[in-house]
Amino acid sequence: MFDYVWLLVAFPAAGAALLLTWGKESDRFGHLIATVASALSFVWGLVLFIGLLGRDGDDRSITDSLFTWFSSGAFHVEMSLVFDPLSALFVLLITGVGTLIHVYSIGYMEHDERRRRFFAFLNLFIAAMLTLVLAGDYLVLFLGWEGVGLASYLLIGFWQHKPSAAAAAKKAFVVNRVGDLGMALALMLMFAQFGTTSIQLVNDSVGSASAGVATALGLLLLLGACGKSAQVPLQSWLLDAMEGPTPVSALIHAATMVTAGVYLVVRSSGVYDASEVARTAVVVVGLVTLLVGAYIGCAKDDIKKALAGSTMSQIGYMMLAAGLGPYGYAFAIFHLITHGFFKANMFLGAGSVMHGMNDDVDMRHYGALRKAMPVTFATFGLGYLAIIGFPGFSGFFSKDKIIEAALGENLWVGLAALLGAGVTAFYMTRLMAMTFFGEKRWRDEVHPHESPRVMTIPLIVLAAASVLGGLLLLGDWITDWLEPVVGHTEHHELAVPPIVISLIVTAVVAVGVAVGWFTYGARAVDDTAPTKVSPFTRAGRADLYGDAINDVVVVRPTMALARGLEWFDRRGLDAFAVGVGSRLGELAQGLRRSQTGYVRTYALGIFIGALVLTLALMAVTF
Amino acid sequence: MNEYLALSMILFTIGAVGVLVRRNAIIVFMCVELMLNATNLALVSFSRQHGNLDGQLAAFFVMVVAAAEVVVGLAIIVSIHRARRSVSVDDAHLLNL
Repeated sequence: MFDYVWLLVAFPAAGAALLLTWGKESDRFGHLIATVASALSFVWGLVLFIGLLGRDGDDRSITDSLFTWFSSGAFHVEMSLVFDPLSALFVLLITGVGTLIHVYSIGYMEHDERRRRFFAFLNLFIAAMLTLVLAGDYLVLFLGWEGVGLASYLLIGFWQHKPSAAAAAKKAFVVNRVGDLGMALALMLMFAQFGTTSIQLVNDSVGSASAGVATALGLLLLLGACGKSAQVPLQSWLLDAMEGPTPVSALIHAATMVTAGVYLVVRSSGVYDASEVARTAVVVVGLVTLLVGAYIGCAKDDIKKALAGSTMSQIGYMMLAAGLGPYGYAFAIFHLITHGFFKANMFLGAGSVMHGMNDDVDMRHYGALRKAMPVTFATFGLGYLAIIGFPGFSGFFSKDKIIEAALGENLWVGLAALLGAGVTAFYMTRLMAMTFFGEKRWRDEVHPHESPRVMTIPLIVLAAASVLGGLLLLGDWITDWLEPVVGHTEHHELAVPPIVISLIVTAVVAVGVAVGWFTYGARAVDDTAPTKVSPFTRAGRADLYGDAINDVVVVRPTMALARGLEWFDRRGLDAFAVGVGSRLGELAQGLRRSQTGYVRTYALGIFIGALVLTLALMAVTF
Repeated sequence: MNEYLALSMILFTIGAVGVLVRRNAIIVFMCVELMLNATNLALVSFSRQHGNLDGQLAAFFVMVVAAAEVVVGLAIIVSIHRARRSVSVDDAHLLNL
């Protein structure tokens, strides 16, 4: 059974290939092929997962070597897939949420004439993401990593006729390249130090390498993770990526692709265990992103951008947990999975709202939608309760665990994470209140209506998952399950029992909700965004000047350098080459005059030459 | 001995000057022949002086080559004459600027 792990990747890959090469006649049923391909992958993943459940803890890592990708001297890369507890969870999340989003997209993209291509890209994305999480070699992982980047580029820029979408796609691609540079350097370092890029071998041998190597490797991988997971300082692409169709935002920029960075950190646990510095860097990056994302989420009126800020923030939580070491890995993955459910749910809910509101994304034009869209409201509400960590919902368990772990590690880190939870509650309440409560602020021509069933059913399933996701923690199942991969977990004993922490978190969340409700729910919301606002709000609206900082720190110096080089090339190198050429040309023009065409001139030349030769010979001889 | 060499030099000089100053291709050609034969004379004279046959052998070679050259050269001159009704070497200067 486990010899056929590759089928997981093969189904969506074949779907993508089929849809991209088949002509127009597949427009009618192309979306069904893609959905079935993704569903088959999910079913097969489920079968394998159950097979894995039936095995002993130590026996749960299956490596399939398909073929030798390439072999050059000492460098040998196997196209190997690893199916172990960690990748199994990811496979289920990606294909499960992915399939639901495929189903949803059937309705959402119904009137788009390029729907077949959209589904081909979705399948391509699923295939690439599965390659990424199943890879047994960092180079194979990199293949999936780049594939994910490509699919993301194609999907963000899917509505390429909009200049903003095209620019956003380009931005995502370029910012991701910076992260990929880190990955590429990490690969080179691995090869230089260990002579292999196999994930297993690298993580086994990094412990015996020098601390400097482990730290460098950890930081380079972190750079890669920052790019893919939209962590500070490479966060700026995520907000713009909302230009893509909403299912894309749900699938790629909330539930799966952005979690690749977290996956990378957890998968490279050996590297991070070996380097305290790299781990601290991960914690700092996670913490900063957590707060920055939450801050931005508070200031946005665009429903998708507010959710994007929240995604950044939640992934910050995961990074933070992953940086806490063996104790945090399992919680990072736990939060990743619950977040995958509730964020996909909320993004699809936002898509459903936009669908009913003529693609308007400004929350100030919403209000009182709970009656017009009951199903969307109910499912979104469940997702909302999950993300703020309402007791009993999945987010409650996963976020509590991270805050608890952070408090155990360092008081200040824990308090910052706690603050993040409060801010999360605030901005999500704001989003909820502005969209579903209050008074109607609809534009005249808009008549909100509930979305078709093909869109609401995925919402219902995801809402159920958002509620029940917390069950994974039941009896510490998830920590036990992941133990063979991330190592044994030693529990930090806190000064206070976990229940007290939960109470504190809940209290902070309650404060956030209350502030949000009394600011936006109980009071009338302005129809247009107020212009006289504090500098703090203005900073939030401008993404905390992320683009401006990038512009000053990177873009302008790069442009200046490029212009300088261009000038040097034109005035220096080119001028030299062209100058040599034209001088030679002038010389030749002069020499050309000696060619008269008269035989006697040449004959005279021969005679003079012969004479000179003779005289020279005589001079040498005598 | 020296007389032979002097004659050879005179003939060679006449030939060389002829090649350089005359325009009629036939004359130029004859002057080339004159130079070749002047050389032959010198070769034969030296051969006699040194008492071996190497010079005479070389003279034969020169004659054979000259004969072949005459055949080709005259053919060229004839065809040039046919083409442009002139045997002046100055008229055939298409290779100039």
